[in-house]
Amino acid sequence: MLYRETGQFKTDYASDQQLFPIRQDRIAVFVLLAFAYLGVPLAAQTPGLAGAIDFNYWFNGVLIPFLIFALAALGLNILTGYAGLLSLGTAAFMAVGAFAAYNFELRLPGMPMLLSFILAGAVAALVGIVFGLPSLRIRGFYLAVATLAAQFFVVWALTKFSWFSNYSSSGVITAQKIVVFGYAVDTPVKRYLLVLAIVSVMALAAKNMVRGAVGRAWMAVRDMDVAAEVVGIPIMKTKLLAFAISSFYCGVAGALYAFAYLGTVEPAGFELELSFRILFMIIIGGVGSILGSFLGAAFIVLLPIFLDLSATSIERSFGFALPSGLVSNLTLIIFGALIVFFLAVEPLGLARLWQIAKEKLRLWPFPH
Amino acid sequence: MSLAFGGVVALQGVSFDVREHEIRAIIGPNGAGKSSMLNVINGVYHPQRGSVAFKGRRRRRIDPYEAAKLGIARTFQNIALFRGMSVLDNLMTGRNLKMKRNVLEQALYLGPARREELEHRKKVEAVIDFLEIQHVRRTPVGRLPYGLQKRVELGRALAAEPELLLLDEPMAGMNLEEKQDMSRFILDVNDQMGATIVLIEHDMSVVMDLSDRVVVLDYGRKIADGTPEEVRSNKAVIDAYLGVAH
Amino acid sequence: MQFFFEVLIGGLLAGVMYSLVALGFVLIYKASGVFNFAQGAMVFFAALTTVGFISMGVPFWLAAALALAAMTVLAFLTERVVLRPLVNQPQITLFMATIGLTFFIEGVAQLTWGAQVHALDLGIADEPIEWLMDHTAMNVSKFDLVASGIAAALVTVLALFFNKTRTGRALRAVADDHQAALAVGISLQRIWVIVWATAGFVALVTGLLWGARNGVQFALTFLALKALPVLVLGGFDSIAGAIVGGLIIGASEKLAEVYIGPHVGGGIESWFPYVLALAFLLVRPEGLFGERRIDRV
Repeated sequence: MLYRETGQFKTDYASDQQLFPIRQDRIAVFVLLAFAYLGVPLAAQTPGLAGAIDFNYWFNGVLIPFLIFALAALGLNILTGYAGLLSLGTAAFMAVGAFAAYNFELRLPGMPMLLSFILAGAVAALVGIVFGLPSLRIRGFYLAVATLAAQFFVVWALTKFSWFSNYSSSGVITAQKIVVFGYAVDTPVKRYLLVLAIVSVMALAAKNMVRGAVGRAWMAVRDMDVAAEVVGIPIMKTKLLAFAISSFYCGVAGALYAFAYLGTVEPAGFELELSFRILFMIIIGGVGSILGSFLGAAFIVLLPIFLDLSATSIERSFGFALPSGLVSNLTLIIFGALIVFFLAVEPLGLARLWQIAKEKLRLWPFPH
Repeated sequence: MSLAFGGVVALQGVSFDVREHEIRAIIGPNGAGKSSMLNVINGVYHPQRGSVAFKGRRRRRIDPYEAAKLGIARTFQNIALFRGMSVLDNLMTGRNLKMKRNVLEQALYLGPARREELEHRKKVEAVIDFLEIQHVRRTPVGRLPYGLQKRVELGRALAAEPELLLLDEPMAGMNLEEKQDMSRFILDVNDQMGATIVLIEHDMSVVMDLSDRVVVLDYGRKIADGTPEEVRSNKAVIDAYLGVAH
Repeated sequence: MQFFFEVLIGGLLAGVMYSLVALGFVLIYKASGVFNFAQGAMVFFAALTTVGFISMGVPFWLAAALALAAMTVLAFLTERVVLRPLVNQPQITLFMATIGLTFFIEGVAQLTWGAQVHALDLGIADEPIEWLMDHTAMNVSKFDLVASGIAAALVTVLALFFNKTRTGRALRAVADDHQAALAVGISLQRIWVIVWATAGFVALVTGLLWGARNGVQFALTFLALKALPVLVLGGFDSIAGAIVGGLIIGASEKLAEVYIGPHVGGGIESWFPYVLALAFLLVRPEGLFGERRIDRV
């Protein structure tokens, strides 16, 4: 009843190509954005609510990491989901972004912070291209080896060459305070809004790229690269572009990870496990889907919190202490099982489930 | 033209010409080297000896991307569509060489990239209308029945506005009605778009009706070359391939 | 010069350990076409289970037997829950499923036996071989030598199994072409369980040897990663390749660390094997012994 498209005819290609062709979708997205940009910050300011809900925890521990991981997942999705180039080196590119941004801020005084972030992404993109060169000769799954080389080499290099961390021991860096256009971004709300703004813009850009010529080129190379060449798609340029743009996104995510989330990072915090975590996000959320990157990130960020809360409430209501490490092991088990489950049952992940739900909603309350 | 894979000889000294705007058929028993011939023309295989002369230039090695740039498009025997994409997107990839807007402009979308997308969309819709596949334009091609997939593949080749169209068994696996539709499309393409067509086909009635001239291959060698009538009554061809009417 | 040999032999012996891990991969890849990222987790699980039983007072051989039983059960479950539902999916999907499997197995292992590091004593001392020490002043560990001997024996047994027995022939048939194997009446399910159980056995041996050397700990899981360069060099479907590849990677890693390492600050063994594998891939994408894939258009 609510989600009908009747009466919404498209009379020209321009309106057919819209991002959200269905009016209800447009309204929903508008409401979501309004809530995210206005509703949440306002709620955080109202005295009554601020007492009841720990907004700082929600900003620092949930929303900000969710957005940053979603950005990294977007980057990985572009490379692995759309272009079909398996990468296990996501964390390495994030590390490059983080350390590059730190060094730009450190060594070029007066550098606008947003520019540092963009340049950090650009540096990550260059590194991405270098480690992406093997993809021109190596296919599928062997490419994982190249990205693993990137992952291990980058972390080693950032630890060994202490120039990167300004000669601190074990490569720890403390990100500078964020100042955008002279305005200090120092409270959780402000950091949240900054991250939200950057991620929304980059998500929109990603969506545009993915439904345009370059996105089609990526998917063609993914689906059948021999045919793609025959059709006139330049394979080398397409693959390297995928690496570059994906690494740019991961680099910016890494910079935000250091500056807006953790504050202090070290190379060891960008190990293989983080790469796997982001890979899980896109598998569960949906490979080859922009929305999927967000859904997957939300899931992976929220699940451990949910398990933690459940464990605590069980402990409280039954009055005994659960074995330590139970929650973290359970998290591993559930993640592992879910990966296999999603791959077997719905390889296109939560995004596809969402699509199916929408299709059902269009018919509701009728069964078919 | 000579082509071999290790010890297996695919083509042995085959040579023929294709006139502009004509429809040239390549026929012969299975394994005669017909697909290999097409693959050489469009650069998927590189011959050990021989060269392809196209638009005034002679080349021995060409890669598929260059072939596409020169205006050669093709379809494949086993359908090489991009299964994860819709019909519309598959056809749009056919126009990739004509899209000039860079990544940043595409990321922005509004402005030049949007104009270019819409312009190419119009061209692609013309092909969709021509092939009568409007009803499936948003369907992922992996879900379409075989006959429609073959039509979509032709559409992708046509979307590139090619000068030379290579069709590898476009009618394979089709029933009579589908074959008639496909024949009509091929004739229209030749007529209206002026494309030169080289096609591999097993159905002799189709070959006789559609083609201007025919090349016959057998075991990698050319055994006949001429008009359909000449070829049909050629003894060597009858012995190797056609058989005698009883 | 003698120092060089010492490092080389040390590297070769370490390489034997890598070969063992790679062997498990090759077995599974040969028979089910799956790159089993969970092999490392299986090594960890097998070792941990053995050690867990030992700490409960169970004698060594019984503990090992119980661990083997557990690995067989795991093989059954994997075939049922992971392989069967994903039977026609592309390789990459199966690979990602085994990543999920890895985390699952780790969680279960640690949940059951705890997350501390366990020591494992196999009764072989990690000391220099006296005879060698006396005659050539080379420091080669007794333990490493015994480990290589065990690995060599294992490989021989497996090679014989594959080539001389009926089941071995069936395994090779399945590795070649699933459909054809089905057509001649070979039960894919049974074969897969056998293969995964065998890989489980290899994992157990590997786990015990590695665990005795470095302690049984979570890090064993990432052994899977060290096997990747070995497989790249040796080809994913060759037992001989796993051996040769392992030896090359082991030797080159140690030599690089000793001779190149000091110039760049050390620790290069974390990435050297991968870069080596990468360079190799650029020249010969299918490995030393692997099969060349020809794509028919």
